[in-house]
Amino acid sequence: MKSGEKLAWGLVLLVTILHFDLWNWDSTDVVFGFMPVGLAWQAGISLAAAAVWALMMRIGWPGEVEQWAAQPSGLNSETGEERQ
Amino acid sequence: MTLALLAQGAEGASRTPLLVVGFYLLLLIGLGVMSSRRFRGTSSDFFVAERSIGPFLLLMSVFGTTMTAFALVGSTGKAWELGNGVYGLMASASGIVHSAVFFAVGIKLWAIGKRHGFRTQVQYFRGRFQSPFLGYLLFPILVALVVPYLLIGLLGAGAVVRGITVGMFPDTFAGQVLPNGRVLYEGALPPWITGLVICAVVLFYIFAGGLRSAAWANAFQTIVFMITGLIAFVLISGKLGGLQAATQAVIDNSPDHMTRARIGKLQFATYMFVPLSVGMFPHLFQHWLTAKKASTFKLTTIAHPLFIGIVWIPCILIGIWAAGAEITPPGNPPNPNALLPIVVVVLLQDPYLTGLLMAGILAAIMSSLDSQFVCLGTMFTHAIVMHAAGEDRFSDRAQVMLGRGFIVFIVGITYLLTFFPPPKIFDLAVWCFSGFASLFPLVFASIYWRRTTKAGAIASVLAMVVTWGILFYEGLIAPTLAGEAMEGDYLVGGMMPVTLIFAASAIALVAVSLVTQPPPDDHVDQFMVNA
Repeated sequence: MKSGEKLAWGLVLLVTILHFDLWNWDSTDVVFGFMPVGLAWQAGISLAAAAVWALMMRIGWPGEVEQWAAQPSGLNSETGEERQ
Repeated sequence: MTLALLAQGAEGASRTPLLVVGFYLLLLIGLGVMSSRRFRGTSSDFFVAERSIGPFLLLMSVFGTTMTAFALVGSTGKAWELGNGVYGLMASASGIVHSAVFFAVGIKLWAIGKRHGFRTQVQYFRGRFQSPFLGYLLFPILVALVVPYLLIGLLGAGAVVRGITVGMFPDTFAGQVLPNGRVLYEGALPPWITGLVICAVVLFYIFAGGLRSAAWANAFQTIVFMITGLIAFVLISGKLGGLQAATQAVIDNSPDHMTRARIGKLQFATYMFVPLSVGMFPHLFQHWLTAKKASTFKLTTIAHPLFIGIVWIPCILIGIWAAGAEITPPGNPPNPNALLPIVVVVLLQDPYLTGLLMAGILAAIMSSLDSQFVCLGTMFTHAIVMHAAGEDRFSDRAQVMLGRGFIVFIVGITYLLTFFPPPKIFDLAVWCFSGFASLFPLVFASIYWRRTTKAGAIASVLAMVVTWGILFYEGLIAPTLAGEAMEGDYLVGGMMPVTLIFAASAIALVAVSLVTQPPPDDHVDQFMVNA
């Protein structure tokens, strides 16, 4: 795994942990005058997830996968058997 | 019935919303006709659109198919029941997990599909584990799990149209009190007509152009339902006195909806397993195996969490605002599926806007049906019939006809099931997703763990079927048959049932693989991307 991909996966893990916002559980506070704070936090999680995946595409994209896919197949796709 | 007659409705409510919906359905039919002009009549074009689906169509297709009645009708009703925590429970978790699966599983499956020419997940698993039996075992299970997914769409459409058309047909569908106290029809268009029309329109445009037509219609409908959802949000909040006043009413009248008091912490945590279902949805699997390029997935992976937010946040707010405004859906106990149409009718009172929103909701529902119909047809034709009968047994035209025939068969079964609706759409969806999610260990291990064996794969599938079957019966079938009103979600030790089903499937896979003979290295090498 490339170091960029490791960093991005670390951020995915961080966002996942932050998703469990126990501190907002019983709060009736609102943000922006109308949004329950728990909902606003989770909306932020969605934004953060998009940002992290954008970063992943930039620094962790597995470019070599296209070359792997272009190699000749040794299988018959209909039967799954090895070609002779 | 002509459109002019529809518009009359002198004795009851205005039928204009149905005219708007009728116009929308005509647009879809037009789209089907247009895409049919590009249809080459080949099986490859019908089933996989010649592997030509690009980033934008893929995003719209994946998102549009994932967001069904579950996202609009179900989420609004669920927020009305449980409060704003429903977003964290399902939507933000999905934003993280779906994209992770697209990246970690989807891209590798694309490479394998591209290299070996697989089109369906049954072909893939059969090839990976060199087991025709596994293919035959998986196919009916996948179909059985997709049918509730389709059913959710038809039930959602029926509930929405029924709710919005109350009073439009006072003579034709007059009110009638059933023995259980439920009022039938109330002058509304009955769900069986809605289901019939929806199925006919979707079948028309996918038969006209296959997967390409489904992808085009998905893109169009996804745009429509996202825009109409936002319009609904703005208008409804306006009718409730503005964003702040609507929320203040929740704080005053139903403060629980501002918190997650009605959701258990373990339940919240274990809901995280449910979105893993995207790893085994047949239509997504097919997209992965047949997309144009690996990079086609980039846009979908990034934009998916944002799109989920755009659709779900307004729905969740409308659900809790309805609780604050003390709007209760009809039924005894109240039917949460009917909340959104009731909110639209009660608050907006504008037939054109109501029609537009009804079209938007139907767009979300139909965009989920089309891709799945095509996918099931593809799987049946290629992975089952052609596998059993031989590759050269059927002409190209016969393959397309076979696919269409199977699609009609599945649509027929799903349609018949709409006459036996479960109490809550959201809950049925979660059961369906739980089944797919519990097959995730299989696809993950098939890509990342060389030691996974054929016996381990079969054991994993069987463990999932048995545990899912037992819990599904206990949690949904038995109470429904007994006519019990289900309060809250069915949990096992405070956890979502998917936790146990997933664990059983994963443990069976690992344990049986470790005690059986490993597959040959040279075969596994062909499935280990970058190995």
